[in-house]
Amino acid sequence: MNWALAAGMPPPLFLAVLVGTGALLAAIGPPIERVLRTIYDRDESFQLLLTFALVLVFEDVIRFIWGTAPHQLGNVYLVYGQLRIGGTTVPVYNLVVIGAGGLIAVGMGWLLARTRFGRIVRAAAENREMSAALGVDMSRVYTRVFTLGVALGTIGGALVIPATAAINEMGIELIVEAFAVVVIGGLGSMRGAFVGALIVGVLKGVAIATWPELEMLAIYVIVIAVLVIRPAGLFAKTTA
Amino acid sequence: MIARLVLVLACVAALVAPFAVRPYHATLMLPAFGYGVALLGLNLLFGGAGLLSFGHALFLALGAYTAAVLTTHAGVLRFETILMVAAAVAAAIALPVGLLCVRYVKIYFGVLTLAFGMLFYSFLFKFYTLTGGDEGIRVLRPTLLGRAFPDLGKVEYLTGPFYYYALGVLALATLAMWRIVRSPFGLCLAAIRENPDKAEYLGVSVRRYRLGAFVIAAVFGAVGGVLLAVPTGLADPLLAYWTHSGNLVFMLLLGGFDRLLGPLLGAFVFIFLQDSVMSITQYWRLVFGTLLAAIVIFFPRGLMALLDPRARSGA
Repeated sequence: MNWALAAGMPPPLFLAVLVGTGALLAAIGPPIERVLRTIYDRDESFQLLLTFALVLVFEDVIRFIWGTAPHQLGNVYLVYGQLRIGGTTVPVYNLVVIGAGGLIAVGMGWLLARTRFGRIVRAAAENREMSAALGVDMSRVYTRVFTLGVALGTIGGALVIPATAAINEMGIELIVEAFAVVVIGGLGSMRGAFVGALIVGVLKGVAIATWPELEMLAIYVIVIAVLVIRPAGLFAKTTA
Repeated sequence: MIARLVLVLACVAALVAPFAVRPYHATLMLPAFGYGVALLGLNLLFGGAGLLSFGHALFLALGAYTAAVLTTHAGVLRFETILMVAAAVAAAIALPVGLLCVRYVKIYFGVLTLAFGMLFYSFLFKFYTLTGGDEGIRVLRPTLLGRAFPDLGKVEYLTGPFYYYALGVLALATLAMWRIVRSPFGLCLAAIRENPDKAEYLGVSVRRYRLGAFVIAAVFGAVGGVLLAVPTGLADPLLAYWTHSGNLVFMLLLGGFDRLLGPLLGAFVFIFLQDSVMSITQYWRLVFGTLLAAIVIFFPRGLMALLDPRARSGA
C-alpha cells in the first residue's frame, strides 16, 4: 500500500524529489505501527488480517486523494538520456535505479551488521523477552523498524514510477509480490530478500520475453516450491 | 432459549423472504447463501482446526469455473450433476494441495494457501484460450431437479425455484457441518487446535485430520462457488484473487468463528452491509477496512459472541 501511496504523488521532476517524497511518506509509519501494536501478542493470523484491513483503507484513501485514473510522469524517465552498452540501448534511469537498489542493500547490510541499532534489532528478533529484560525499549525498536520498512517501501515505489505508471491497484498486486520475494529469500534474512527480489524480477523479465502466460504463474510456482522444500527460505540461518 | 427463537425466526424469514421483500433484496440473499456454504467449510479449517487459509477463494473459483465449463462447453445443465462434479473436482485438487499445506501451521499455512490461490488466479487470468482470461466463462441457467422453468424470467427464476434450491443446499450443508463438528473427527480437530503435541501423543494423526478438514473445506467452498456463479451468470478470475480470500476471512470473523452459525451470520451481514454502504459512498473499502480493523482489535470473536450472553461472560 505504501508503494502506491508514494506512487500517487504529483509529477516530481528529479530523482531527489522522488526519494525525498518517499522518505517523507515514511511519516505515516509510526501511527500505523501504533495500530498494529495492539495485537502483537495475538496469533499471526490476526496480524495478517489487520494488515488486510489497512490495505482496504489505504486503497480508498489513495482513490480519494488522487482519483482512479493512472498517474504517469511523462518523459521524466528519459531525462537522464540513454546509454549504449554492447548492442543494446539502456535508459540511464534504469541504471540509476539499479545503483540505488545496490546502495540501499549495502546500506541496510551495514546498518544491521555494524551499528548499535542493528545489533539491537537482531537481538530483539532473536529473543524479544531477553532483549526487553536487558533494558531495550522494545516499543521504540518496533516503531523504528516499522518506519524504516515503510520508508524503504515508499522510496522503492517512488523509484519505479517513472518507468511505469501509478495505478490504484498496484499496492494490492505488489503486496503479494513482496510476500513472494520475502518467502523465497527467507523471513528475516536481508541477503535472502535481495536474492529473492532478483529471482522474481529476472523471472518476470524472462517469462515476458519467452512465454508471457507464465509470467505470474512462475513466481507462485517458485514460492510454493521453496515453501515445500525449504520452508524457512533459501537463506535462513536456522530451520524453524 | 432466546437463541433458539432467533434461529427459528431467521429460518422463517429466509423462507418467506421472496414473497415479503422486493425481488432485488431476494436476489441479494443468493450470494449470501453461496458464501454461507463456503464459510461453513472455511470455518472448519479456522474455527475447527485453527488453520487460517488465505487462499480459500481458490475453491470458490474452482466451483464457479466447473459450473461454467459444464454448462457452456459440455452442455450439462442438471444442477445436481454440476454440484457433484464441482465437489469431486475440489476434492481431487484439495488432496495434493492439502498434502503440501497441512505440513505447516500459522503464517506459513496462510502464505502457502495464498500462493496456491494466486497460482490458480494467474492460470485463469493468463491462459486465455482455456479460461477466457479476464472475461471469464459464462454460466448458463441450470435445470433444477430436471425442470428447466422455461417460462420464468431471470429474476423470477432466481427468486423462485433457485432461491429455494440454494436455501435447501445451505440447510443441508449446515446440517452436514453440524454433524461433522460433533463427530469424533470434529472433536479430534478441536483437540489438535488446542494442543497439537498432546493430540499427537494421544495417537491422533494430526496431519491426516488437518488434511481431512482441508478437503472438506474445499468441497464446501466449491459448492458455495457454484451457488455464487449461477446468479452472476459468470465465472471470472477475480473469484480466485487473494483479496477475495481476504473477504471470506473477513466475513468469517464478522460472524464469529467459534460458533457453528457464525459464518452464516457473517455472510448475510457482509452482503447486506456491503450493498447499503456501496449505495451511500463509493469509498466502501474505507468503511469496511476500518470495520475489519475494529473487529480484529476489539471483537475478535465476532457478532455471534455479542449476541450470545454465555460467550460474553466466560469461556
